Amino acid sequence: MSNDPHNSHRLNFWQKYIFSTDHKVIGIQYGITALCFLFFGFCLMMLMRWQLAYPGEPIPFIGKFLGENRAPGGIMLPEFYNELGAMHGTIMVFLGVVPLLVGAFGNYIVPLQIGAPDMTFPRLNMASYWAFLAGGITMLVSFFVPGGAANSGWTSYPPLADIATTGQTLWILGMVFLITSSLLGAVNFITTIFQLRAPGLTFMRLPVFVWAQLVTAFLLLLAFPPLEAAGILQLLDRVAGTSFFLPSGLMVSGEPLEVSGGGSVLLWQHLFWFLAHPEVYVLILPAMGIVSEILANNIRKPLWGYKSMVYSVIFLGFMSFIVWAHHMYLTGMGTAINAFFQATTMIISIPSVVILTCLFISLWGGSIRFNTPMLFAVAFLPMFGIGGLTGLPLGLSAPDIHLHDTYYVIGHFHYVVAPGTIFGIFAGIYFWFPKITGRKMNEFLGHLHFWPSLLFMNCIFMPMFVQGLAGMSRRLYDGGAQYAHLQGTLNLHKMISMSAWGLALFQLPFIINLIWSMCKRNIVTSDNPWKSTTLEWQTPTPPGHGNFPVEPVVYRGPYEYSVPGAAEDFTPQNKPGG
Amino acid sequence: MDAIPYTVEPRQDTGLYNAKLGVWLFLASEVMLFGALFSTYILLRIGAAQWPLGSSILNVPIGAVNTVILITSSVTMVMSWVALKDKSFGRFKLCLGLTILLALAFLAIKGFEYNAKFEHHYFPKTSTFLAIYFTLTGLHALHIVGGVIVNSYFWGPGCKMWQSDPEHFINRIEVAGLYWHFVDLVWIFLFPVLYLL
Ligand code: HEM
Ligand SMILES: [Cu+2]
Repeated sequence: MSNDPHNSHRLNFWQKYIFSTDHKVIGIQYGITALCFLFFGFCLMMLMRWQLAYPGEPIPFIGKFLGENRAPGGIMLPEFYNELGAMHGTIMVFLGVVPLLVGAFGNYIVPLQIGAPDMTFPRLNMASYWAFLAGGITMLVSFFVPGGAANSGWTSYPPLADIATTGQTLWILGMVFLITSSLLGAVNFITTIFQLRAPGLTFMRLPVFVWAQLVTAFLLLLAFPPLEAAGILQLLDRVAGTSFFLPSGLMVSGEPLEVSGGGSVLLWQHLFWFLAHPEVYVLILPAMGIVSEILANNIRKPLWGYKSMVYSVIFLGFMSFIVWAHHMYLTGMGTAINAFFQATTMIISIPSVVILTCLFISLWGGSIRFNTPMLFAVAFLPMFGIGGLTGLPLGLSAPDIHLHDTYYVIGHFHYVVAPGTIFGIFAGIYFWFPKITGRKMNEFLGHLHFWPSLLFMNCIFMPMFVQGLAGMSRRLYDGGAQYAHLQGTLNLHKMISMSAWGLALFQLPFIINLIWSMCKRNIVTSDNPWKSTTLEWQTPTPPGHGNFPVEPVVYRGPYEYSVPGAAEDFTPQNKPGG
Repeated sequence: MDAIPYTVEPRQDTGLYNAKLGVWLFLASEVMLFGALFSTYILLRIGAAQWPLGSSILNVPIGAVNTVILITSSVTMVMSWVALKDKSFGRFKLCLGLTILLALAFLAIKGFEYNAKFEHHYFPKTSTFLAIYFTLTGLHALHIVGGVIVNSYFWGPGCKMWQSDPEHFINRIEVAGLYWHFVDLVWIFLFPVLYLL
């Protein structure tokens, strides 16, 4: 067929590595780009940490390169601090973590795990990557327009965002690109999982990772459009002079704003959180999936409660659409509405607990192999646990009145996303690296990466709970130095910042490991070095064009480890017989 | 294993070919997009001190004519698909051509309407009613433009596929039709909400 992107095997360099329609190449493109963004977002945060630990002091070494309009004499301006905060959040979530989880792991692993030759729409898949890159570049460019990048927080609340500098307009345009990208991806993932499952691979035989990606894709598909709508409205407010989010009688710097008024600031918050709460499950579900795969592989026995995990993931997906206003208790929505959202928030924590419990119980009685991927996967469990449990007080409006917009909230969600999801990502990289490159990563460097990272992550985020409980607000330029009630917890800032820089230092073993292992070293002799049951390991290494030499047929569930009477302690899904 | 299966024939257990599932998913996300804007309309209206009656600002007869035009175009769209099923390529060309012309007529009338508003100094920034009116109808018009581009492609260069791979081509027209009916449906909600209520 003339328009089949798979027909030609004689591809030149550009077709093969740059404008490729192969899900594996696109996955790697996503992975490398997103790791760079993750690193960049991390650097923004390290600058902020200097300002919090040493407010008003010039930034050593790099301060003088930041420019007079950002940091005159190396001392950070409040406006620049706000840019850093807004862009750190945006970049980490939309350009780092989600593209890694969905764009990289989802793209590379899902078609392999379901025994498919590629995604259903390879060209849309490529378009999705390029839209993502365009969004990323737009965000980066916004640092260099007059007034700098967006500086109204990653949440872009109006009226502030409506009247902010040009960077905010670019933020909206960037988000439109990213939303387009994720829409193309989501359609592709869902059709791929529904349509291209190998014969015999029924839904209840899908690995948990595929389930997680399926539900994630539905969240992206249905939750992002409202943010797109909100973005369009904010764009019109900014460039066409409308008043969607501007109430009547608004004063700016003592002057009444020349607009018609009649808009509502809460409208933005509703539209934003309608996306952003499901988005937090986009940030966590694929990571849970990765951890489940690695856990099952290294405990050498089936996951405990596979079915309850699957139903919990689906239930989480549904519920995540009706909890959004737990981010808005302080807006005075009224007790009736609060009561509804408190109830749904308490209900949604149940499936998370079910999943975590299943994974913990799975560990029981296993003969566990503690390799680097497993260390990260096991550490994910308590870290996510802390993050989830600290969410409960936030979900009840009475305690949230005290905790809202404090460092406690920062601690809560970072526990879920940093030592939670990002550990899941590291676990996934160490785990699937041998399939992608045909080489194993170094174990010693892996340990040198893991242990300090675990330590520093906790030294960074645990003290934030203390600061938040003491009443320290987030987004303060000087970290709250001027408040009497915060004097007792200010000194924690230094420790947190030191730990953050320490964390950065101990990412070096990872970067070295990644590059070094790619060049030579440790070539794996087997296509299935971890002795895994799922289909991605039953391919050549790295999988060629079309993935499987012959179409695989599936005869069993995903985690048949240590089956009594079986020849080996793992029985691949495509192995025929009882 | 090289070619992607189910590009033309449906998969047994889902009963769908890939593109059909794809377009339904895409439309689901579109429902959320317009749903969010309709919710915006409701929220703004509930919160407003006063809200104008649509018919006092907008031209109801013109809106009604446009409604008829779009519904007719949906009918011709279906007829073009049926024509292909009957293997009548000439009738297909006629019906799809009519669909495109009707869509262009809709856009022309919409443009005329916008222009009349501007002449009366009614702009998006004039009031929240006009703001949401221009946003909803503007976004809808963009969807019409998208549909015109897709349909023109299938009417022009894209229709060579009828010779090489007729089944696949019929599927494509079906998918384009699903999209077109959706755009039509959005208008059927827009018209009463904005013009009549
Ligand atoms: C398991 C149960 C969870 C509960 C009950 C919960 C509850 C909450 C609540 C009520 C807030 C709002 C706090 C406030 O602003 O005052 C919040 C904030 C947040 N949560 Fe969670 N959460 C849970 C899990 C998660 C997960 C899994 C993630 C992400 C991976 C996450 C990410 C976030 C983020 C990013 C914010 C802050 C948003 C912002 O204001 O910038 N949460 N959480
Ligand atoms: Cu939430």
